[in-house]
Amino acid sequence: MTAATTKMVGQALKRREDPKLITGQGNFLDDIKLTGMLHCAVLRSPYAHAKIGKIDTSKAAAYPGVVAVFVGDDMLDINPLPCAWAAGGVKNNLNTPRALASGTVRFVGEPVAVVVAENRYIARDAADLIDVDYEPLSVVVDAKKATQAGAPQLHENAPNNIVMDWECGEKAKTDAAFAAAEVAVKEEIINQRLLPTPMETRGSIARYEPSTGEFTVWMTSQAPHVMRLLLTAFVFGIAEPKLRCISPDIGGGFGQKIFCYNDMVFTMWIARKIGRPVKFVEDRSENYKYSTHGRDHITEAEICGTRDGTITGLRVETYANLGGYLSTIAPGIPTTLYGRIITGVYKIPAAYCHVQGVYTNTAMVDAYRGAGRPEASYLIERMVDRFAAEIGMDPVEVRRKNFIQPDEFPYQNGLGLLPYDSGNYEPALDKALAMAGYADFRKEQAAARAQGKYLGIGISSYVEICGVAPSAWIGAAGQGWGAGLFESANIRVHLTGQVVLTTGSLPHGQGLETTFAQIVADELGIPYESVVVEHSDTAGTPFGYGTYGSRSLAVGGTALYKSTVKIKEKAKKLAAHLLEANPDDIVFEDGKAFVKGSPDQSKSFGDLALQASLAYSLPEGMEPFLDETTYYDPPNCTFPFGTHIAIVEVDANSGHVNLKRYIAVDDCGNQINPLVIQGQIHGGIAQGVAQALYEHGVYDDNGQLVTGTLMDYAIPNAAMLPTFELAHTVTPSPVNPMGVKGAGEAGTIGSAQAVMNAVIDALAPFNIKHMQMPATDERVWRVINNK
Amino acid sequence: MIPASFDYFAPKSVAEAVSLLQQHGEDAKILAGGHSLLPAMKLRLAQPTTLIDISTIAELKGISTSNGLTIGAGTTYHTVATSADVLQHCPVLAECVHQIGDIQVRNRGTVGGAIAHADPAADLPAVVLALNATITVQGPNGNRQINADDLFVSIFTTAVEPGEILTSITFPSLSKGQGAAYAKLRHPASRYAIVGVAAYIKLDGGKVTEARVAVTGAGPMATRETATEAALIGTDGGDAAIAAAAEAAGEEMEYLGDIHASAEYRKAMVKVYTKRAINEALARARA
Repeated sequence: MTAATTKMVGQALKRREDPKLITGQGNFLDDIKLTGMLHCAVLRSPYAHAKIGKIDTSKAAAYPGVVAVFVGDDMLDINPLPCAWAAGGVKNNLNTPRALASGTVRFVGEPVAVVVAENRYIARDAADLIDVDYEPLSVVVDAKKATQAGAPQLHENAPNNIVMDWECGEKAKTDAAFAAAEVAVKEEIINQRLLPTPMETRGSIARYEPSTGEFTVWMTSQAPHVMRLLLTAFVFGIAEPKLRCISPDIGGGFGQKIFCYNDMVFTMWIARKIGRPVKFVEDRSENYKYSTHGRDHITEAEICGTRDGTITGLRVETYANLGGYLSTIAPGIPTTLYGRIITGVYKIPAAYCHVQGVYTNTAMVDAYRGAGRPEASYLIERMVDRFAAEIGMDPVEVRRKNFIQPDEFPYQNGLGLLPYDSGNYEPALDKALAMAGYADFRKEQAAARAQGKYLGIGISSYVEICGVAPSAWIGAAGQGWGAGLFESANIRVHLTGQVVLTTGSLPHGQGLETTFAQIVADELGIPYESVVVEHSDTAGTPFGYGTYGSRSLAVGGTALYKSTVKIKEKAKKLAAHLLEANPDDIVFEDGKAFVKGSPDQSKSFGDLALQASLAYSLPEGMEPFLDETTYYDPPNCTFPFGTHIAIVEVDANSGHVNLKRYIAVDDCGNQINPLVIQGQIHGGIAQGVAQALYEHGVYDDNGQLVTGTLMDYAIPNAAMLPTFELAHTVTPSPVNPMGVKGAGEAGTIGSAQAVMNAVIDALAPFNIKHMQMPATDERVWRVINNK
Repeated sequence: MIPASFDYFAPKSVAEAVSLLQQHGEDAKILAGGHSLLPAMKLRLAQPTTLIDISTIAELKGISTSNGLTIGAGTTYHTVATSADVLQHCPVLAECVHQIGDIQVRNRGTVGGAIAHADPAADLPAVVLALNATITVQGPNGNRQINADDLFVSIFTTAVEPGEILTSITFPSLSKGQGAAYAKLRHPASRYAIVGVAAYIKLDGGKVTEARVAVTGAGPMATRETATEAALIGTDGGDAAIAAAAEAAGEEMEYLGDIHASAEYRKAMVKVYTKRAINEALARARA
């Protein structure tokens, strides 16, 4: 292909990452084998809440092939894991886990001891030989019950198990709106606990060099630079440069792999203690018991308005279950990323959201794909349907009537969020309705009902928050985030004109290697194949906060774009020098710098790269090479939006929901690679549909995870889903120069409520106004039969 | 997910496998497709000290039509689901195994393994009962046959003795006037049956002369629904007869209940899926 004529941005290129991943040539954590490497097995608490008594490790330690056995009290020389995002503006009663429990265990699966052995089988066998005396304590797993008088108390510094008591919006104004309202509707909305289930489980390998005191840790992490900071400065109290973190290929994360985990800590501690590399890899059962879960809100929601369909108020009271301890960014999720966007795409004059984060005897809950926004969009979209049903108005018309209008952006929602950057909600809704055939659907539905077939249609118009920034807003003083939230990109222009870009973001399924190369190829006018993307290793990449919150393109991609601008400026100066022209007369287009109006007097990017590297003749004061680095801190978040529509048929005899069609019209601003975006939307919808119909992480009253295997926890496969019908609108973001917003989580944020609204629409003949997710066969059968 | 250690044998004949079973006694387990046993071992719910892998024994594989339809115990679900002989002689069997697990399970899992394991939620036991299949086993004293009705004893327990190996299952070859169907409410995670109903019906002169209906998944083991069968026999198989037969289903059954499906729901679904299976079996008998 000719770089000068074919634009790469906008092309649906296949991901350059894929050939190695789909032919088994990837290098995942468990593929890494180091000389002399030892293996760990973790003994986990079978109790949800207990005091740890005597631990007898003698039999395990004597088992042939075991090198050492450690318990929590052995590791008291290092700090507990950090919590890096407290809820902003309020007191947070912080309690974070240690690498291994010390004194008390607070959920089933909490690590109590670790066996280090020559292989994984020996380690696992020996773990069974450890005797632990437990004194069981009473257990609470439900967030609302945990706050009530007489509930078991998990932590001394958290009365009634409350982590934080946080609010946003205007309470008095909202109360007044309800007092004056013609119509008000109240509903309990439960957003059930989900188990993220990346295909690859988590793990760590630590190596220590006694001669230099340096660690290298391979980790399944979405944020290796942040892990380096947390592990050195907060947990071990060692100099940050003494730790190198490397994320190899990662088999999905969905947020679960953002966080600082105990195995990173104990593998480092053991590697230093023993002087040999140490590996730990979770099995699936351990991933389900210990790695973070998502969602788990119990909410009382109220919406009010007028009989003509104008929404005048929204009042929300949420108990957010955060588990036995706080994971790395847990308190920030149900506050900044949930409460502050609770009114969604609607202009609601009075809104108030009160959130209590709660400790319970369950695994820690933290960001899971969408992180707070799926909970918010599910809530508002269910309540809008509920309101429409109450006043007997078409839910489409209620949406239309209350949408924020295109001329009202930037839009301030009154909940303490930065203003929505741009939006045009009605065209996305109209496009989705046209694709679904909404105008004819109601007739089809009526005809089907007459034959005992229950069709339903569900609409979800969502908005979300991507590329969360700027640092000065999200940082500690305001929203409680304990750091900055910019992103970085370095571009090295080699002597040959080949370009290597390094980014502080990293892909684990997002296709960044492809998307980023497309941007650089266009901006520098060089072949796509000449751009190599490097990432995931703190040695060799600039500091970056990692990949989550659909931020890599809007923040990291913009850092990259700005580096190309700087490179072009330098290239123009060099070209002016070589062409003996005035720098102000030089333009850079399609990979060439030339004198304006005289394109034949030009220097190609390759020539300029060579001359910059040889440095035989540079302008006065110019350094060799064209390399540039940018740290980009955006002025605002971006706010993607769209409308999703689900059509279902409910079998009234069995309660089975058949998802017949799924339509999604998403607007993520300008698109770099439509195929990558569609892939992201597909996966996101699958997860949202699964929340609506299948997935539910269940603890029993004793705190046992009863959905602890893939035989019990239903993740969707292709055969359980229809072919998705996708389309888009394009409303560029004014926040960044490429006008991009983000698409990694939109599919999940838009989908669960589309399906639930469809199920509840199908059940209208049975006078059903709401039911909780997931709409499993039995649950639907129960609501139909009033059982 | 790391199993305890075990000894492994891969005999080349059934006789050799039987002799290994005798030698290693109660601590030995037969390994066929491994889709029930290996997960149990990885979770350390099962810790056999010896595995006798029969998956490479040629005489256990294959499908023959010399006397009814005989399926070797080591034949995989996939082979059965796609066999022209099965589709011709006993299509309900293909219909059933096609709904087991997923592609990976069907490529490894075996018909004999599923029946010998007698998982209460397995699909095949319902079809074995409804079609009155005959099971052949081989032990230290040679071969013997077990009737379907005598096969399932209790949860995870069959009439196959500890020293015996299930070698084949013989299903009848269905002809005109006979129809059978399997209707299943599938667990969305495990894909086992929450309720699975197999129905076999023979029509003669427009009247139901034979009916066998069996339910799996809902209780501790697959069982026949004799009241349902009785309600069908002698009728014309019309809507009223079907409704009465379905209503009679599951009244005597002992139900399992868990977070996925309560006993109450399973009982209701036995009636719903019995009706579906009977409807389809009748349609096929009339075809």
